Formats: sequence, C-alpha cells, structure tokens
Amino acid sequence: MISFDFEYYRPDTAAEAAEIYQVLSGAGKNPLYYGGGTEIITMAQSNQLKPGAIIDIKQIPECNVFEVRNDEILIGACLNLNQAAEGNLFPLLSKTARGIADHGSRDKITIGGNICGKLIYREGVLPFLVADGEVVISGQNGAAARPLSEVFSQTMQLRPGEFITQLKVKRSYASVAFFSQKKTKQAKVDYPLLTVAALRQGDDLRVAFSGLCTFPFRSVNIEQDLNSRDLSWESRVNNALGRLPGPVLNDLRGSAAYRLFVLSGALRDMLTQLKGVGENVSNA
Amino acid sequence: MGAVGTGVPRKEAKDKVTGNIKFVGDYISPGLMHARLVTGTYAHALLKNIQTAAAWRVPGVKAIVTGKDCSFLTGAYLEDRPPLAADKVRYYGEPVALVVADSELAAKQGAEEVRIEYEPLPAVNSVHDALRPGAPRIHENLGEYRRVKPVFPETNSNIADRVKVRKGDMGKGWAGSEITVEASFHLPQSDHVAMETRCVRAEIAPDGRVTIHSSSQAPFVIRKLISRYFLIDTGKITVIVPAVGGSFGGKAAVQLELLAYMASQAVGGRQVKLVNTREQEIISSPGRIGLDAEVRLGATKEGQLMAAEITYLVDGGAYSDIGAVMTKSIAADCTGPYKIDNVQCDALCVYTNHPYTTSYTGFGHASYTFAIERTLDMLAKKLKMDPWQLRRMNAIAPGDTSPTLTGLTTSNLGDTGKCLDRVKQLINWDEGQVVTGQDGKIRAKGLSALWKTSSTPTDARSGAILTFNPDGSLNIGVGAVEIGQGSKTNLAVMAAERLKMDVGKVHVMMEVNTHAHPEHFKTVASMTTFMAGRAVLEACDDIIHQLLSMASIVLRCSPEDLDVAGGRVFLTDNPNMYVDITELVHGYKYENGNSIGGQVIGRGSYIMRHLTEMDPETGKGNVGPGWTVGAEAVEVEFDPGDFTYKMLKAVAVLDAGKVINPRIAQAVVMGRMNMGLSLANREGLIYSGSGVVENASLRDYKIMRFAEQPQYTVEFIETPQIDAPYGARGLGEHGLIGMPAALGNALSAAARVELNQLPLLPETIWSVKEGRP
Amino acid sequence: MFQMLDIGPLELNVNGEKRTVVARPADTLLYALREHLGLTGTKNACETGDCDVCTVLIDGWPVKSCHMLAVEAVGHQVNTIEGIKGSPVQTAFLAKEAFQCGYCTPGYIVTAHALLTLHPDAEDEVINEWLAGNLCRCTGYQEIKEAVLMALGR
Ligand SMILES: Cc1cc2nc3c(=O)[nH]c(=O)nc-3n(C[C@H](O)[C@H](O)[C@H](O)COP(=O)(O)OP(=O)(O)OC[C@H]3O[C@@H](n4cnc5c(N)ncnc54)[C@H](O)[C@@H]3O)c2cc1C
Ligand code: FES
Ligand code: FES
Repeated sequence: MISFDFEYYRPDTAAEAAEIYQVLSGAGKNPLYYGGGTEIITMAQSNQLKPGAIIDIKQIPECNVFEVRNDEILIGACLNLNQAAEGNLFPLLSKTARGIADHGSRDKITIGGNICGKLIYREGVLPFLVADGEVVISGQNGAAARPLSEVFSQTMQLRPGEFITQLKVKRSYASVAFFSQKKTKQAKVDYPLLTVAALRQGDDLRVAFSGLCTFPFRSVNIEQDLNSRDLSWESRVNNALGRLPGPVLNDLRGSAAYRLFVLSGALRDMLTQLKGVGENVSNA
Repeated sequence: MGAVGTGVPRKEAKDKVTGNIKFVGDYISPGLMHARLVTGTYAHALLKNIQTAAAWRVPGVKAIVTGKDCSFLTGAYLEDRPPLAADKVRYYGEPVALVVADSELAAKQGAEEVRIEYEPLPAVNSVHDALRPGAPRIHENLGEYRRVKPVFPETNSNIADRVKVRKGDMGKGWAGSEITVEASFHLPQSDHVAMETRCVRAEIAPDGRVTIHSSSQAPFVIRKLISRYFLIDTGKITVIVPAVGGSFGGKAAVQLELLAYMASQAVGGRQVKLVNTREQEIISSPGRIGLDAEVRLGATKEGQLMAAEITYLVDGGAYSDIGAVMTKSIAADCTGPYKIDNVQCDALCVYTNHPYTTSYTGFGHASYTFAIERTLDMLAKKLKMDPWQLRRMNAIAPGDTSPTLTGLTTSNLGDTGKCLDRVKQLINWDEGQVVTGQDGKIRAKGLSALWKTSSTPTDARSGAILTFNPDGSLNIGVGAVEIGQGSKTNLAVMAAERLKMDVGKVHVMMEVNTHAHPEHFKTVASMTTFMAGRAVLEACDDIIHQLLSMASIVLRCSPEDLDVAGGRVFLTDNPNMYVDITELVHGYKYENGNSIGGQVIGRGSYIMRHLTEMDPETGKGNVGPGWTVGAEAVEVEFDPGDFTYKMLKAVAVLDAGKVINPRIAQAVVMGRMNMGLSLANREGLIYSGSGVVENASLRDYKIMRFAEQPQYTVEFIETPQIDAPYGARGLGEHGLIGMPAALGNALSAAARVELNQLPLLPETIWSVKEGRP
Repeated sequence: MFQMLDIGPLELNVNGEKRTVVARPADTLLYALREHLGLTGTKNACETGDCDVCTVLIDGWPVKSCHMLAVEAVGHQVNTIEGIKGSPVQTAFLAKEAFQCGYCTPGYIVTAHALLTLHPDAEDEVINEWLAGNLCRCTGYQEIKEAVLMALGR
C-alpha cells in the first residue's frame, strides 16, 4: 500500500505530457513520468520515492510503435518487455529482455522504464548500447533523436521534464551475430550477478555489461582488449578484467572475486560464440 | 467400501480452484480497524525513546501501543520475550510498537511517523560469537525468567537450553574405532515463506468475551496464552482458524495474536486486523533455526559404526520460543537412523541477535541430518566403502535402542533397510555415484537416510465429535487445522472406512473453533493423522455402538447380530433385514409416534501414552510414539567449469506404516522434498556485520520456482505401527529431512570437495574449491 | 487527457460487469479488487511483484495486480479468478492434485488460463517461462506442470 497521495494524469500526446509536466513541476508537485510503474509502485510503498503526481505515458501513440521504418527499427518506450521480446524485431533485445524479471512482470515493465529506472541493473539498455542506438527524447521543445552514447552515462541523462518516447537502432543490427548471457547467483529469476550483451559488427565485438558495477556500461577499452586479434583469448579476457570502469559489486548476490570469475567465463563463452571473421580457432 | 488406501480428492478442492476458499485476511467486515507494526532497525540496541506525537496527528489513528503497555514476558518453554520490545531490541525487525487506526492506510501512515531513538549495542552475529567468553549478554536476566516447562537456561551466558545425550561408553566406542572422521558444519537461519503471511483479527465483546481469528496451527495454544497473559477465563475466549495458506511450523508460534488482542483492547474492544507484510513475515515473526555442528564418528575397518560424538549449536535467534524443544528433539534423534552403541551429544539452544525461530517442517531434523549424512559420506570415503553399503549395514533395526535408550520394535520403528534398498533401485545407484558425460558435465548422486519421531508434550491430546445430518451423512468435528496437508480429508477417509460408508457422505469443516471443537494439541509434528485419527476412530466406534444398540431394539435382536455398512444397520446373517441409518441417527420413531434413542453423537479422544521427559544428564527418555524412517536420494548434473548444477532427480522412499490417501501422501512428500531442496540449494538469511537482515523480501530471499525442480519420485513402504490408526505413521514433514544432505552428498561427490555448509550455491562450491574462507 | 486528482469513483470493468469503486489514485488494483469489490480470490503475498499470487488478466494478459494502479485499469477488461469458471485448467488442477494450501492456486489458474487461451500450442519452454513467476511453497511444482500439460491437452 502506498501511504501518500499523488495525482494521476494520462496524456494523449507527447506534447500534452511535457506540458502537464511543466505545470505540475511549477506547482511543486514533483511529478514523475510513469511507464510500467513497477519501480514507482515498489519504491513508493517504502517511501523511497514520493511523487506528488504521476504522468502515465502509455497512451501516447509514438511510445507504442514497434516497427521497421526505412532502415531503422523503432521501439516505443512504453512497449512492455514481453512485447519487445515477442515482436522480435531486434533479436538481441528479445533475448536480453527475456532474462529480466519474470513473465508476469515483463507484461508490465516497459523498456523506457527499465532504462530510466533507479535500479542499478537496467539490463534493457545493454542491447541499445552495443547497437549504437538512438533515443528520441521529448520535452517542452518537442522531440529530438540523440545518440544513446551521448545521453547515457551510467544513467540516462535527462533534463527535468524530458522523457523517452522511442528507441531506435539500425535495421542491420537485427541480423548480426549476437550474444546475451545472464548469470545469476542461483535462481533463474533474479537480478544478475552479471549480464553480458554483445554483438559482432564486421570483425569487431561490442559488449556491454550489467551487474558488474553499480551501473550498466559499454566500454571502448574492454572492446579493444577483446578485439586484440594478436592475443590469445585468455590474455584478452585477462586484460579486459583489468579495465572495468568501477569497483566490482560485492553484495548479497555474490562477492566481487566470484563476479570476476563468472565474468571471465562469460567472456570466454562470448568469444566462442562470436569469433571474429577470419579468426583462427587455435587462438582459443 | 474401502476408503483407506484409495486416492480420495481433497474435500476442499473445488473451493481452492475457484478462489472461493477464505483465509483469515479474506474476511472484510464493516467497522474493522487495522493495526500496523513498527519494527526495530537494529539487531541489538537500547530503546532510548519512542516518539509517537507525529503518529497521533495522523487522521484515523486511534491508538498506539508500545512495550510500556504490556508488562509480561511470553514464551513456549521459557518466558523470555516481551510481545513488544520494552528496554531493548534484540533482533532486526523486532516489533516495537503497534499503531491502530480506522483504515489500513492510516495505520501505515501512523506507523511511518513513529520515531524511535536507539543506543546501539554490539550485536551477537553467530552462535560462536554468542559462546565466546565476554560475549555481550542478550538476556541480562536469563536466570530470572519463568520456566513453563523443563528447560535449562544458563545464567550469565547466551545459552537458553542445553540437552545432553549419553549412551553407552565413549571410551569403549573410540577404542573399538579403527577409523574416525570429524567435520564441522554451518547452516544459516531461513524462513518458512508460507505464501499467506500471518494474519489475525481480534475483538473483545462488551461482556469480556474475546474472539480471535488467526492463521494458526495452534488455536488451543492461543486460547491458553491469551488466558494466561490477559487473565481471562479460557471459556471466554474463542479462537477461530479458517483454512491456512501454508505454515510449515511457522504458524504454530503465538505472536501476532497477543498483539492483536492488545490492539483491540486499546480501541475499546473493536475488531482489529493485524497482518504481516512479507518483510515482517521474514524477519519480525519467527523463522527457522540455524545450526552449527561438529560431528565425530568412529567405525571399524569393516564399516560398523562404533561411536558418535556430536555438538549441535542451534541458532535460535533472540528468543527461545520453541527452540528449546527443538534442541531436545534434535538431541533425541541425533545420530540419524543408525545403530550406534556409544553416543555423546550436546545440543545447545543459543541466543544470538538474529530473528527468533520456531518450529519448521522437520523440526530441526533436516539440519542435523545434513551434518550426520555428510559425515557418513566422508567416512565411507575414508573406509573406501560404498556410501550406500555403509548406511545399509548400520541401519537401525528393531531390537536396537534409540540415542535416548528407547527400545525399538517392529511397531515403533519403520524399516530403514527396506527404504534404502528401494531408493538404491530408484536412483539407479549401481550405475555409479559419479558419471562423467561426453560434454564434460558430471552426473552425481547423493544419499541420505532419515528418521523422526514427534516431540509432543507427554500429555498431548486430541478429540473428535461426530454428528449426523438427517440425510445420514456425517460431520467430523476436530480441533486439527487444515494447513494444506490434507489431514481433514484423511480423517474423513478413516471415518468412512471404519463406518463403512461413502467418503462423499463424510463432511469436514475447514474451520476450527475452540468453542465448538474438542481440543487438539497443535497441528504440528505430523501428528494429526495419529492423534486426531485415533480420536476419530474411537468416535466412530462409539457411533457404531450406539447404532447397533438402537437398531437391536428396532430389529429385535442382539447388537452382536448386527453390522453397519453402506448407510444401513443390518443383520449379519441376513442383510435384507436392516434399518436405514437415516432412521436412527436422530432417534428412532415408531409408527405410533413413540421414539427411542435420541441423537447419535460420537465422541472420541486420545492422549499420548508412555512419553517421558528426557533425563537432564543422560537424555534417557521416551520422546515420541514411533519413528517414521526413510531414505532419499538426489541426482545432479554439475558443470565443473563454472560450478553451476541442475537437479535432475530426487527420490524418496518412506515407511508410511499405511498410506491412508496415496494422492495426498504423494503430494505432501513431494512438496516437502521441494522445500528441502530449495533450502539447500539457495535459502538462508543474510546478515550484515551488525546483524541486519539484508534479504527480507522475496526479491532477495529466493525460494525454488516452477521449472527449477527435479523429477520427483515418491514411494512408500508399509510397516504398520500397531497403535496408529490403520497402522499409519506420521508423514507430513519427512520428505524434507534428507533432501539437503542428499544434495550435499551429490555435489560433494561431483565437485570432489567436502561441502559442509548451506546453501549450496555455485559460489559456495567455487569458494570451497578455491580454498577461500 | 484522462486524469484523477483525488480519491473518487472509478469505473472498472471486472469479470464482464461494470463496477464502481471509490479509490485513491495511489491504490493498487489488488487493493481495489479485494478491499473495495470483495473479490478476495485474488491474494496478496508480497506486494513487490515477486510471487504472482495477485495475478489477474488485463485484456486477457496476466498482470500482477499489486503492480498496477486501479486507475490504470480504467478502460481495460479485468478478469479475476472469480470470473474464470469451468476452465479446463481448473479441471486439470483438480485431477492432478496441483495444490495443497491453495493460496497460490488462483494466481496459477489465472496465468495458466491465459496461457491456454493465448498459446494453446505452448511447448515446454513457453510453459516454463509463463509459470516461473508464480511461487508455490506447498507443492513440488511437478503436479502443477502436469496439470498445465493436461489442460493443454498434452
Ligand atoms: C520481480 C521483478 C524482478 C526484476 N528483475 C529485474 C532484473 O533482473 N533486471 C532489471 O534490469 N530489472 C529488473 N526488474 C525491473 C526493475 O526493477 C524496474 O521495476 C523496471 O525496470 C521499471 O520499469 P517500469 O516500466 O515499470 O518503470 P516505472 O516504474 O514506470 O518507472 C521507473 C523510472 O523510470 C522513469 N521512466 C519510466 N518511463 C520513462 C520514459 N519513457 N522516459 C523517461 N523516464 C521514464 C520513471 O519516472 C521512474 O523514475 C525487476 C522487476 C520486478 C518486479
Ligand atoms: S502480491 Fe503481487 S506479486 Fe506478490
Ligand atoms: S498450494 Fe500452498 S502455496 Fe501453492
């Protein structure tokens, strides 16, 4: 039970949403955009969040598109994870989304909400990080597409009043070789000890992680190591382990040392599955 | 018309698949008030100040109760627990205050406004910490606490109880031992995770009558304790328990009922509902014990067990509740089902600043069984002997004695050997304990035998009242609660069998009402079939006696000439001469209006016989009416690369005595196996360095989910227990007992490393392999 | 733009009937169903989205009612266990003894009923995916699996 009150708005257009945000914000109501609501409801129940108003964006048409337009795949931010997985326009997203929470929760969790959430994992962002995705951000001044790499750094860097209406990736990413692996402490439905999402673009591997540090990330340095074709897999993995962008999580799901052990296994699995073009198997 | 041994569906089945069944929290009544707990946020701290002013300002808040408002201590054996913490909190999540309001919302808002100031104290975070010299005292006045039953707390220590078992002569035992092994074990505390969280409604009528509705296994204990602590005659207290949404021992403890009563009292007796959130369910209400164990076994070169020296340290948490009894129960069965002539066991119920604990399916047996059965596998290795063979040759048998020196007979003891034989076949043991596949994965099997007797009070009792409806159908009135174990259906089956009637015509009521139903000790210890069954059968015999004597008048013959079956009383030698029982059960009426006999009401009762307390120095005593024994096995597929594993198969063979209802028996055993594997494979409370529980939600406290379970096989052997109804032994908990050990043995074999702690996570195996602490 | 600013009447479509509840914008659908409409077949066991005992169907899809606001359900078809009558899933659960205490059962039946409707040909992988959210502490899950397979005609 949520023990404080908030107002509920369900705008029909993105413009309306941005507008009501301004109004509510001006009135000191501390509004929040509301996607699936799974995080907002959970955190509100324990008073970790106390919005005075929520703006449910699920009715906004552009937030619900899921289609290929020209050479782009458009993914509405309010698609729930099951829709995103079952529609299967972007297989890496389908696979990664299927690893998040459980089926019933995925009927409610939206892709936008997952990426913009407070939870440290935000696994839904990984496919977009490795696929050089773009986000369409709506706000007071209308909508604009921005490269994800510019607006996602540990968390989504949105200005007050902005929200995501869509995500985009190049259509070509739907057909490249990919890898998505979620490792948990024991239970299948659990937060990740580690989730790796990767794809092969030409000869190069791109890889992003969740569960390793307190934020999801893609790291150019790690990719460089993993793509050093002159080194053995073992050395590449070892080098990569030394280039993590922050301290490794050490929590009730697993110790930092164990996470690193799991990571090296996952990276080896990834290399096995996504061997670069022309790569010599004997490198293994 | 045999009903026993056939698969009778549960009586309440339809209600359960349509959402029609009602649990305590499903009753919505106008004017209902709501209470909400405020719980402590330190594992050990002095309560300096509780500020309630802000909470009082929340509209709708009608009362706030704190430890100052209740002056008594409560406890099942040792009264050591204030219902609301008064001077200090002793575990993280301990109830400190209770806010009562006219809506659930206001109660929660009020609870959020209560401010508590603490002065933190060093927390005792393990049993070893607790026993260290100079350890902080959790109960400063341990020596002054009232003892309700035999229990031996040690003043100036953190020991709530110490139980000793001394059998044979240890000197002789060790002298005869050519091979010895010893090992230490650590099992964390865990939680019942019944899907229905505990829930109570309480009200006090203007004339002082108290009515409590509770999701409880122990309505009669609630009545007793409400009477004891609030000085109300038991006759003025009615406790009602509808269907219970799973309990596993956890709802045998009396906790929220006392609080709900105080809440109702604080608002002039109005009906108040108190329900645990999941978090409170996990930490504030009692969970499952932790155990640290040290086991030393000695055997001859041929593998005959000669000596066992055992220390069990029970992590009972901050209050002893049923911990003392559980410690006794563990000590009494301390060796597992093996013949060992020289046994020394010290079992201590230790206080820590962890959540307190209570009974749990298996009553401590799964914990010590893990230690014993793991040690046996280590011994087998040292002896270069097949682990199955080691168990088989030492399996306890009639003629042997239990650790507490009870003589074992073919009646009070099931056939462990037979169970082991069958398990061996079912798990295909002869294929080899460890088989490495083409893909490098390792398939491995592990075994465990098990036994358990109940540890009820020596005067535990049950009763039954049977009445008839005008259509000749029967109503069973018993005080045993339906917690999902199907016992009401089983009682109906037994009554139908004895009265030779259609089980469809036997009605049971899900609800127990202490005013209407005869007392039943508690619905625990797998004793419902035994105790309530005995009472129901006696009541059936009473009915038969009444029917025969009335019918003998009607049919003008002697009662000995008659029999009852199929709804008729008839002449044995001429079944065509009969009277329908519908004509008898409310008195027989002659054509001229004269009537005889009156209503047929069956009464039956049962009280445990020959049980004794254990001797404080040697443990000698007769703790239970009989042992259910069994053997279990688990097969895993282990990946030596990343230490993950899949559970492929789990097998249980139990000596049921007699299977009353195969459908329910199979299902119940399988469910407990699943729980045992879940406990072993992933569960355990996790504490911070200061004793704060870090996984008090289902997001972080994981239990087994659909599709993670192995393939289960459950079979029964039938060695009747002569004094039990139809020979049936208790079965409700035993499926759980051997599972953690069997899994531990399978994984230890697969990973070639001794895994002596739970839970068995891939990280656990990795860290033992790596030699990490 | 639809808005709800304060406690007030909400019109919900539940089990094919129009029902009005007086709720707060912050009330969950679970709370509204149980406390306002007395539809207590839908249970509560965590309120954090971790157990699925509160599952209801929204336009035919299983959704955890503790993770949905009552106001979000406006304009959608809500179906609870009380609205599911004579489903082959119920028959199969009875036949396979797929429950003990019964507390988790409504959630299972609702989820499995949706599975049967939306994926009548579901293979093991889909069945496992759909049902892995529902916790049961009493059974061994095996009998639940058997019941679902039976309901699917397998
Ligand atoms: C049982 C369970 C298990 C879970 N396990 C995992 C897991 O393993 N890994 C994982 O990554 N997640 C997991 N989650 C999901 C996670 O915890 C969040 O609940 C979820 O990602 C939030 O999505 P939502 O659509 O419900 O967001 P909401 O609750 O609606 O919103 C979350 C935040 O994002 C903001 N927001 C929402 N949509 C937008 C938008 N379009 N633009 C800008 N801001 C927006 C909101 O303002 C809010 O701050 C799990 C959830 C549950 C219930
Ligand atoms: S109560 Fe909704 S998922 Fe548990
Ligand atoms: S039957 Fe009790 S929780 Fe599933």
